[in-house]
Amino acid sequence: MKTTEEIFIIIKQKFNDDILNHVKGQPVEEYIEAKPAAIDQICLYLRNTEDLMFDNLMNLSAVDDFNGHKIKDESGKEIMSGGTLSVFYHLESMKLNQKVTLKISTNRDNPEVNSVDPVWHSANWHEREAFDLFGIKFLNHPDLSRILMPYDWEFGYPLRKDYENPEFYHGMKVPY
Amino acid sequence: MGLLDQQFKDENIVITSVEDLLNWARLSSLWQMGFGLACCAIEMMATSASHYDFDRFGVIPRPSPRQSDVIIISGTVTLKMATRIKRLYEQMPDPKYVISMGSCSNCGGPYWEHGYHVLKGVDRVIPVDVYVPGCPPRPEALLEGLLKLQEKIRNESLVKKPA
Repeated sequence: MKTTEEIFIIIKQKFNDDILNHVKGQPVEEYIEAKPAAIDQICLYLRNTEDLMFDNLMNLSAVDDFNGHKIKDESGKEIMSGGTLSVFYHLESMKLNQKVTLKISTNRDNPEVNSVDPVWHSANWHEREAFDLFGIKFLNHPDLSRILMPYDWEFGYPLRKDYENPEFYHGMKVPY
Repeated sequence: MGLLDQQFKDENIVITSVEDLLNWARLSSLWQMGFGLACCAIEMMATSASHYDFDRFGVIPRPSPRQSDVIIISGTVTLKMATRIKRLYEQMPDPKYVISMGSCSNCGGPYWEHGYHVLKGVDRVIPVDVYVPGCPPRPEALLEGLLKLQEKIRNESLVKKPA
């Protein structure tokens, strides 16, 4: 059973610049920050390496960091420009009984992350949910379509912090 | 029930009006659509089960809207589901009735303000006959709602349209 610190050292040696740092001492569990470009390669390595063997993606979630700068759009509505969206990967090795959390941050205006569906098929629906609610595009995903909201929902991504609900959807009034 | 109780004392003939007979027939076998949306559906199933026994009022779940008289909207109506509920309601043959069960389908319930995905009341897409409050309502409350619906049907008229 390896600690996050030990796992960080192993993958830092392998991926060097793509691994940023090991964050600990926060109220949340410790995690490893990485660059989004190689996340699928990092995950494949974490799954296949002898003493890591992360065979289970427990959860994949996203967060709107909302750390850009606020601007007004044409209609005078306040929206967020710049900043990041983060994706968290909660991995578990059932063989070695160890866990690790990865975090990547991607550009909020054009969020693109490589899919880890080829590594764990359980990522399929998790990534669709992150796409549905945050608008993160997972490249090489086999079927990146909305999963919870209606397929024809064209009013944006509901869990982004500058999201506003439409007045009407198919003639149905949405606000209370 | 009432209509035929204690009516066979002397002769084997019952005299009634067509209207009363039709209303009695309708209210005594309200087949419901087998359809549940959220936690309210659990209470609805409990109401159908042996302890509360919906069947004693003639309520039997049917697998198709085309065989149903009443649809119980038991749970949160999302915008995605609302279009389908409207379709199901339209597939039911007349006369048809709607019971809105629980806060969510009455008015949006806990999702009334921040529920970006919830229709704030099923009465925005289909007409509701009886609203049953509660979150979720107990089986007794749903039974009460059904009795209210039966009362409404008992007073229907073939001639006069309800106001």
